[in-house]
Amino acid sequence: MPLSKEEIAQRIAKEIKDGYYVNLGIGIPTLVANYIPKGINIVLQSENGLLGMGPFPIEGSEDADLINAGKQTITTLPGSSIFDSAMSFGMIRAQKVDLTILGAMEVSENGDIANWKIPGKMVKGMGGAMDLVASAKNIIVAMQHVNKAGESKLLPTCTLPLTGVRCIKKVVTELAVMDILPEGGFKLVERAAGVSIEFIQQSTLGKLVVEGDVPEMQLN
Amino acid sequence: MINKVVSGADAAISDIKDGDVLMLGGFGLCGIPENCISALVKKNVHNLTCISNNAGVDDFGIGLMLKQRQVKKMIASYVGENAEFERQLLSGELEVDLIPQGTLATRCLAAGYGMPAIFTPAGVGTEVAEGKEIRNFDGKDYLMEYAFDADFAIVKAWKGDTAGNLVFRATSRNFNPLMAMAGKVTIAEVEELVDAGELDPDHIHTPGIYVHRIFQGDGYEKRIEQRTVRKI
Repeated sequence: MPLSKEEIAQRIAKEIKDGYYVNLGIGIPTLVANYIPKGINIVLQSENGLLGMGPFPIEGSEDADLINAGKQTITTLPGSSIFDSAMSFGMIRAQKVDLTILGAMEVSENGDIANWKIPGKMVKGMGGAMDLVASAKNIIVAMQHVNKAGESKLLPTCTLPLTGVRCIKKVVTELAVMDILPEGGFKLVERAAGVSIEFIQQSTLGKLVVEGDVPEMQLN
Repeated sequence: MINKVVSGADAAISDIKDGDVLMLGGFGLCGIPENCISALVKKNVHNLTCISNNAGVDDFGIGLMLKQRQVKKMIASYVGENAEFERQLLSGELEVDLIPQGTLATRCLAAGYGMPAIFTPAGVGTEVAEGKEIRNFDGKDYLMEYAFDADFAIVKAWKGDTAGNLVFRATSRNFNPLMAMAGKVTIAEVEELVDAGELDPDHIHTPGIYVHRIFQGDGYEKRIEQRTVRKI
């Protein structure tokens, strides 16, 4: 069975280690915060200028001055800190943030990512995405393996305007977990329960590298 | 101590004229200079270049200036959530320069720190890099991006004193202290204006040397763009 969005988030959460500073993008990445394993302490960075982002506020206690990078009202946790946007991207550029999780429209077999612009459609802008992908040392992409028309989004080269080049290390989709090899190629690491290697191969236009047995994903 | 206080938003922006380059603080609608934006709408200056992370929404923030076609060019990192913006962009009435958010912030910082340019990896290998100088440091490519050159920076702080010192609150800080450093003339509107000496010097985010005019704003709406709450 292909994974739901929540299950993709749940699988990615297993990559998070104790003591990590983590930046979560909008969409599936935001859901990862709901699945942090017990006993793992992390600090969430919001690139508008906050470390130690907490959950949404209780109704009635929303604070217009306290939002995340998605402009949602949020809270702070004990130990949190607030800073300006230059320092926020400074800590990203200086690789102080351990892990960045973001969504993508396309990823190529050499680790390029496209996630900000579709030609012919209104361009909203890249926000902080280009800064994050250009600097983060460890980026996991959460995305759908195929689009609504059933076409692969994991490609030999991206067709959409790029956000960054040779920067993605790992991709988690509804079908599989894949590492992007330094020499190029999506190395199949895990497959969704009940999904065959053949099916993943058919759904992947970029080079898929399969070595030996590929275990099924364990979500818990 | 030099007194930086002006009577209000109209006085603060009185010499902003057609064609000026303005920086406006805020992230989304959080920490935007509401009073000065209203005054700019009333003054109806045109052909402005606005540097701001976002462009407001249709009926609030910079969106109010867009509605009156006061903006010739927008320099921002993300401009969604604004139908009038989209209309003007598609019809060619509005020029837009989209730049990475960290680049935007750091180009403000460079201006305030007296540095002509920065090197950043953001945008290398993308269309953002077109026409820009690339330098390689330790095997990695970086784009050279210039410090901003703005006629006026308009920021919003939580508290300020008569000497122009500013303190920001929560994530409404965002671009405000960076832009405050970067304008040839910096205008600060604050929720609470106090006498010099009342703010602890150790707690100042923006030293008054960067601020030329300050006033206490009123009627802050502080609109929330995405009200999200948790179920108990």
